[in-house]
Amino acid sequence: MTTLLKETLQHSSIYVPTIARITAVRDLTELEKLFTLELPHHYSLSHRPGQFVEVSLMGVGEAPISITSSPSRTNSVFELCIRRVGNLTNALHQLQPGQFVGIRGPFGRGFPFERFRGKDLLFVPGGLGLAPLRSLINEVLDDRGKYGRITILYGARSPQDLLFREELAEWQARADVDVQVTVDRPDDTWGGNIGVITTLFKNLHLHARNTVAVVVGPPVMYRFVLMELLGKGISEGNIWFSFERRMKCGVGKCGHCQLQHIYTCQDGPSFSYADIKHLEEAL
Amino acid sequence: MGFKIMPKSALADWVNRLRADYRVVGPQPRHGQYVFAEINDPADLALDYPTSVLPPKQYLLPPREVLFNFQNSGMRIEANIKVEPTVILGVHTCDMHAIRLLDHVHNNGYADQHYQTHRANTYLVSIECLKPCMEHSFCKSMGTLTVPEEFDLHLTDLGTAYTVDIGSEKGEKLLEGFDQVWDASDDDYQLLSRVLTEKWPRFSYRLDFDVTELPDILNLSQKSSYWNELGDRCLACGMCTKVCPTCYCFDVSDTVDLTLKNGKRIRTWDSCQVEEFALVAGGHNFRSKRALRQRHRFLRKGKYQYEAFGMVGCVGCGRCAQACLVHITPVETFNELYRRSQRTEPAEVKA
Repeated sequence: MTTLLKETLQHSSIYVPTIARITAVRDLTELEKLFTLELPHHYSLSHRPGQFVEVSLMGVGEAPISITSSPSRTNSVFELCIRRVGNLTNALHQLQPGQFVGIRGPFGRGFPFERFRGKDLLFVPGGLGLAPLRSLINEVLDDRGKYGRITILYGARSPQDLLFREELAEWQARADVDVQVTVDRPDDTWGGNIGVITTLFKNLHLHARNTVAVVVGPPVMYRFVLMELLGKGISEGNIWFSFERRMKCGVGKCGHCQLQHIYTCQDGPSFSYADIKHLEEAL
Repeated sequence: MGFKIMPKSALADWVNRLRADYRVVGPQPRHGQYVFAEINDPADLALDYPTSVLPPKQYLLPPREVLFNFQNSGMRIEANIKVEPTVILGVHTCDMHAIRLLDHVHNNGYADQHYQTHRANTYLVSIECLKPCMEHSFCKSMGTLTVPEEFDLHLTDLGTAYTVDIGSEKGEKLLEGFDQVWDASDDDYQLLSRVLTEKWPRFSYRLDFDVTELPDILNLSQKSSYWNELGDRCLACGMCTKVCPTCYCFDVSDTVDLTLKNGKRIRTWDSCQVEEFALVAGGHNFRSKRALRQRHRFLRKGKYQYEAFGMVGCVGCGRCAQACLVHITPVETFNELYRRSQRTEPAEVKA
């Protein structure tokens, strides 16, 4: 069994994808679908949480999508959570099991979760940010004994926008994970927290020195969450983000994801605050 | 290996000979300017051209390049790696330095096989610049007024003949079987030495500081109000990046034929100066202002690429200044930022 990336590197062009088959499609919300994809049988994805693949539909285009399944539960079958926001993602939402897409990657650096071992972990997904974080959360939960306290603070716009609801319920049911969820715009059925994600920090008690925080969400969220985390005393090197950029090639050439001297698709999309705090335009 | 001598009267024969085996391109006059284009008649070749509208980069990174063709909605995909042996005649030394940077970018990390194939099949015949080509060039300041080792053949105009320096086996191949070249004599060497020595005073240093200080000057300028001044003038047309010999950013798009099942994926030159360049799917634009995009361009050339590759991304060709409708020039920009950094530094030290 070889990895998809090794296979991609053997193509006569780095831009030629490998064809993967859709085995399942599930609606998560009105905007997001969960796609289960299967690589040709002899390839494994072999990714790290936080990495992404380039997904393409011939005739429509290609876009970077983070991998939402965890390495612990992924082999040649993997999952992508895709929001319908543009031409390509709209077209992907039309696809049915049995149809095919092109895949290149996985690209980028994922989260260095080996370095998180022994630490308390604070996961802060906002909106679609849960998709890449779910990969890391499940990786950690499948190896639960290696980590300290685990807290998940998840914020979404409304109850209808919550992703992976069954899985959230499973995490909430566990005694060894603290899960708190908030929504900005509640409906009549909502009995939980109301407000933006930073409101969840009010009652949060953590051992700042031994806590690693991993934050993934829309660009506007990062500054506010960062202020909370620094306010709690978490070290700059222990605050991790995943950056959204338009990685058109995934291989450090096209320039669209460039953040100063860094190609986000190569040196990211996972960065610690210590890595990027001096870079204008980062947040 | 020593230099060869080729009389100018032999040039046409040599070019015609090359045309039998290669696509031969070189600078030619068009509408009062010069462009790199295929040579169909050696008389069109103008090796003493001042500068060209576009650099010869288009032969390594075509403005529009098919990456692959697909059939049956992608169940069959074939990479488009085109081999077209090409000789580029008359490459100026600034453009040679640019190719050196392009080589580094496309050979390192994930190699770009499209570029590599073009490059492996490209024969670079560079030519020594003996006088400034135009008002905007500042190669002497950027250290690009001598040829880097990437040349296959390098010519120097000695008046009635060219000296030919052979830089590689590919270069030797271009001269193979051509009998109108001779080994340079002692007199030729003396003449060459004199021609080279005499050229330097004709060029002036255009930057008010040494190029090694450029990354630091730009670093100090990150928050400078000068970027807003440039942003107010900039039209975001992207001409500066189109004509730049070291710009290689691209966009990717698909086209399909009428069956909707067969088509191609294409990359086209893109520009960090256009508004959508750093836009992401959710609608956030990381460089929504022209000031930020101008800052990105100049810092990329003078700082980021130096940090990433150890090479400054600007080679001083001056084409962006010539192409700019609102007279944004690297010489003026770099010098102005230097002046302002000199002014602010003592204040910072005091604080």
